[in-house]
Amino acid sequence: MTTMTMGAGDPRGPKPKRMTASRIGVYAFLIISALFFLTPLWVMLVTSFKTMDEVRQGFLFNWPANFTFDPWIKAWDTACTGRYCDGLKPGFWNSVKITLLSVPVSIVVAMINGYALSFWRYKGSELLFSVLVFGAFVPYQVVIYPLIIGMSKVGLFATLPGIVIVHTIFGMPILTLLYRNYFAALPSELFKAGRVDGAGFWGIFFRIMLPMSVPVSIVAVILQTTGIWNDFLFGLVFAGRENMPMTVQLNNIVQTTTGIREYNVNMAATILTAAVPLVVYFVSGKWFVRGIAAGAVKG
Amino acid sequence: MATSVSIRDLSLNFGAVKVLEKLNIEVEQGEFIVLLGPSGCGKSTLLNCIAGLLDVSDGQIFISGKNVTWDEPKDRGIGMVFQSYALYPQMTVERNLSFGLRVARMPSAEVDARVKRASEILQIEPLLKRRPVELAGGQRQRVAIGRALVRDVDVFLFDEPLSNLDAKLRSDLRVEIKRLHQRLKNTMIYVTHDQVEAMTLADRIAIMRDGVIQQLADPHTIYNKPDNLFVAGFIGSPSMNFVKGTLKGSDFTVAGSTLSLAGYGFKAPASGEAILGIRPEHIAIHDDARKMPIALETEIEIVEPMGADTVAWGKIGGQQVSLRTSADVTIKPGDRVLMGFDPARGSVFDAASGQRL
Repeated sequence: MTTMTMGAGDPRGPKPKRMTASRIGVYAFLIISALFFLTPLWVMLVTSFKTMDEVRQGFLFNWPANFTFDPWIKAWDTACTGRYCDGLKPGFWNSVKITLLSVPVSIVVAMINGYALSFWRYKGSELLFSVLVFGAFVPYQVVIYPLIIGMSKVGLFATLPGIVIVHTIFGMPILTLLYRNYFAALPSELFKAGRVDGAGFWGIFFRIMLPMSVPVSIVAVILQTTGIWNDFLFGLVFAGRENMPMTVQLNNIVQTTTGIREYNVNMAATILTAAVPLVVYFVSGKWFVRGIAAGAVKG
Repeated sequence: MATSVSIRDLSLNFGAVKVLEKLNIEVEQGEFIVLLGPSGCGKSTLLNCIAGLLDVSDGQIFISGKNVTWDEPKDRGIGMVFQSYALYPQMTVERNLSFGLRVARMPSAEVDARVKRASEILQIEPLLKRRPVELAGGQRQRVAIGRALVRDVDVFLFDEPLSNLDAKLRSDLRVEIKRLHQRLKNTMIYVTHDQVEAMTLADRIAIMRDGVIQQLADPHTIYNKPDNLFVAGFIGSPSMNFVKGTLKGSDFTVAGSTLSLAGYGFKAPASGEAILGIRPEHIAIHDDARKMPIALETEIEIVEPMGADTVAWGKIGGQQVSLRTSADVTIKPGDRVLMGFDPARGSVFDAASGQRL
């Protein structure tokens, strides 16, 4: 054997990280893109804290000279939508109601669907699943009119249960897909063990599968909460005057044709409406990624 | 002895695919039966049918004298152990063991007593408060066995229970399963593709291929008197040597030279194309070969030292054969050695049908 000479430049240990020109280029591009996409948010924020006089001066990007919370208070409490001048407040509570009811109902239905379709297969269950998933590709607009007729025939049109049912139906394809794939990735022997132990359809569901589906359920809750909160179309059509969600009310405030356009109030109202999904994303982002990745990890 | 599990004309089809075909097995009370075969042979499917996890297409299943063909798994008097352990991950070991009993709404005093007994037998008492993720592979499989144990059933079904374990643990747990069987004296039906497990554990082995049982017999018979070429080739490692030739009376002709199979117990007089099967360890070399009814010279091509013994490769009539000899015997490639064997210990198969002659 020949003796190896150890020079100072011989590679050893972790490879040193170098800043190359291409890397600097990548970072520069990323920073510029981030700034570009943050600009509208910046304009919204500063405008919402300006008085109308200052808004009219037109310096879009400037920090507010006279910092004021009035637009926010007005947006929440007294902004007018048509004849009513209660601000966004009632819409917010309507959205809370709709979301709190629709999220659990749609998730429970999808969970049972996914569970049954992955473990209790029967003739045609695969076909049913394909049909369900196909539903995710049907444009909402196509089914709105028949749905209005159907809902009004059973007396659920423009009611709270009506809008909850609509959200449940339209959440079903994607959520069922989510749950079915999650359950299908679990070892089928777990299900067999449950059957040998004497648990039935509901026994296996509640005692074995439900406790195991926490990660995917976090994903489902996030998807549904943001989706239902941000929904405009179904809220407008199916919720009825009494249960108008926040998004619809925001539209009414912003689109109002009487009086002057209060840009600062509009900006504040928009941020208020977007706040809930934003908070959900920021708080649960970590959980979301974990839940998505959980399917790939073996028990 | 009473029959414990009886499978009568069992068939299972998935659409046009016949997975099991007119299967019949009678398992005695307290017997340890191993279903052995390559993957896709239907052995796990058969076990799932016995457990009631699959509906059969035709035939009947009796367990302890009762027709259970249409019964739910829980009503069949079986306990089952799975390859992936299938422990409920969110429950502690104790809850895992008692799950079936709690589902059946058994009084908690009785549940506790049974969990205690099972955990004593399997020596998993210190683990009762832990969750499956906190257990090592061997411990998980013990818990899985315990879950079958607490059910206090007549028949245990094992679906490749040791396949997910490493080699050392596998042999440890194999011994333990054997000990468990000797202690409990339950009927056990055990599916595996590992022939060592089959040979060591079984009272009788059922070798399956393509949904049909090829041979059902005790390990000794399976090993020494295989019914057909498939069984002969499947069992044994290194596998049995097959030499093609022509049979006429008791004379076996291969590449011009004739070997007399006079000592072999033919089922019936036969002639035609045949295959002679000889186990590597039944071929002797050097001086031992001289004592054998058949002895011939060969050149050694390859030598594989295994530690405990040595496998060498030579030729009979131009066809490769392996022979197993003591590790102490010095043998190297290129040696010309005398090798011999006793036809009484071999097997002769019909070349066309593959059946033993």
